[in-house]
Amino acid sequence: MIKRVAIVGIGTTGFRPITPDVSYRELIFEAARKAYTDAGIEPSEIGGFITAAEDFLEGYSICDEYCPDQIGAVLKPTQTIPGDFIQALATGYMMIMTGAFKTVAIEAHSKASNVKNIDELMGFAFDPVYNRPLRETPHAIAGLEMTRYMFETCTSAEQCARVVVKNKGNAMRNPYAAFGADIAEKDVLNSDPISLPLHRLDIAPHADGAVVAVLADGETALALSETPIWIEGLGWCTDTPTLEMRDWGEAAYARLAAEMAYKMAGIANPAGMIDFAEINDEYSFKELQHMEALKLCRPGEAGHLLESGATSYAGDIPINVSGGALGVGHLFEASGAHKILELVEQLRGEAGARQIPDVNIGLAQVWRGVPTATGAVAILSNM
Amino acid sequence: MELEKYKLGGTHLKSSDFEKGKVLTTAWQPNLAYTWDNGVAIGRYLDELKNGRIIARVCHECHRIMLPPRMFCELCFRPTDEWMYVQDTGVVSTFSVARVNWDASRRGPKEPPLLPAVIEIDGATKGMGILHMLGEVDPDDIKAGMKVRAVWKKSEDRTGAITDILYFKPLRAAASKKAPARRKR
Ligand SMILES: [Zn+2]
Repeated sequence: MIKRVAIVGIGTTGFRPITPDVSYRELIFEAARKAYTDAGIEPSEIGGFITAAEDFLEGYSICDEYCPDQIGAVLKPTQTIPGDFIQALATGYMMIMTGAFKTVAIEAHSKASNVKNIDELMGFAFDPVYNRPLRETPHAIAGLEMTRYMFETCTSAEQCARVVVKNKGNAMRNPYAAFGADIAEKDVLNSDPISLPLHRLDIAPHADGAVVAVLADGETALALSETPIWIEGLGWCTDTPTLEMRDWGEAAYARLAAEMAYKMAGIANPAGMIDFAEINDEYSFKELQHMEALKLCRPGEAGHLLESGATSYAGDIPINVSGGALGVGHLFEASGAHKILELVEQLRGEAGARQIPDVNIGLAQVWRGVPTATGAVAILSNM
Repeated sequence: MELEKYKLGGTHLKSSDFEKGKVLTTAWQPNLAYTWDNGVAIGRYLDELKNGRIIARVCHECHRIMLPPRMFCELCFRPTDEWMYVQDTGVVSTFSVARVNWDASRRGPKEPPLLPAVIEIDGATKGMGILHMLGEVDPDDIKAGMKVRAVWKKSEDRTGAITDILYFKPLRAAASKKAPARRKR
């Protein structure tokens, strides 16, 4: 029998622009308690714990040391991945595959509102010799990518703006989302220019929130859950950090991460097999660029697919029915956590007003934001 | 020195070479700022320190009276149940005598050592309390198990911070100060 790993429990606080009422510990406890109750398991019974977090975002050195209490991991095997939740999910998957762990809990959160100068923090990620002395805004990296992507694929600024309209509209059906809005393309194109062709509304605003998920091996999953959501494929990769040498038009990190995940899941024809996808839209054009990298359509087709309505809530392949980062909020290392949450709720049929009928296979894709070229992909199913 | 008789090859670098820019390096001063939300537990704890009181949180499942307070019990993994004031006295669990400052700079010959200590606070579950400083005590007189009391800032100077307590002093500080013979090791 081929061993499988499933998500058997998930919990969240939802996502808000600010969370001044709770500490990050209290925020995470809420998500963890909900996840363990959802899974029907107590943390004392869970084998291992992983937090996806990064010191500079937390404002703590060795922030891993501050993780155990609020996820129930005191004196248990615990580790922190300084990457996205989906990268932590891959680690949890591998821990279970070793046979040493039957269950693993994975946590990610955002307290982005507590970082007072986020642009400075993002700028601190730039190469200190070649790039940082130029003092460009971090968003300029996305502006450079957007220009090249639009040039190579003949995608228009109007099509990019339409991503924002779609996703903020989708977010209005999602009670977890912080930035739902009924707007038009002209509102995006007329918003403050940031680093052209990027405007203010092309950029996902930050949000706070936490998500915890419980993984289990196949046997344990079937004992714990009536609706285990199976991990079918995982992939991740990182392009060179050298901005001067990068491919600016194509998201190669997303293409290769997806190829790895498709191979593992045995998916030869992604566009035909994937029922819906939650993909990175931290900047509006990224949704289109990533759709093409994920082979959900051919290069240059994403904008037209969007205009045809195929990626809308009721379309053939709904993209970011949750509202994506543009509608839910950009969650840093919890970005993938929100996408996995959406996949699990959709595949269980628990997504309420935004439920897509008859879905069996969903794809989640993340990018770690400027100036990174790191991406990860997870494919989940309910069968 | 034994090693000095061995002649080493190459060019020796001194710290002054770095300071004068003879060695090429890249420097950057990060400018990061955070304002962490205190939330319910820390928020109330600091509020009460401003009032000159120490407050704990009780878990009705494991019956621990937790200090510092928290809104969830990390062992029972459930929300905690009620607030409870505890004393501002306690017992030294462990301590150290620091001859250097936080940045590892040495304290001057006239500066007394810093005396960090973990204090198990009376009224809280054993093993819980406050990490703070000791004061009004000779370092040689400190013992684990010693009874101490908080010395507070004047109420108008308190800001709702752990430093609203200046330090903890021995419960019989006056007596020990007058004690004629200091115990030496
Ligand atoms: Zn308890």
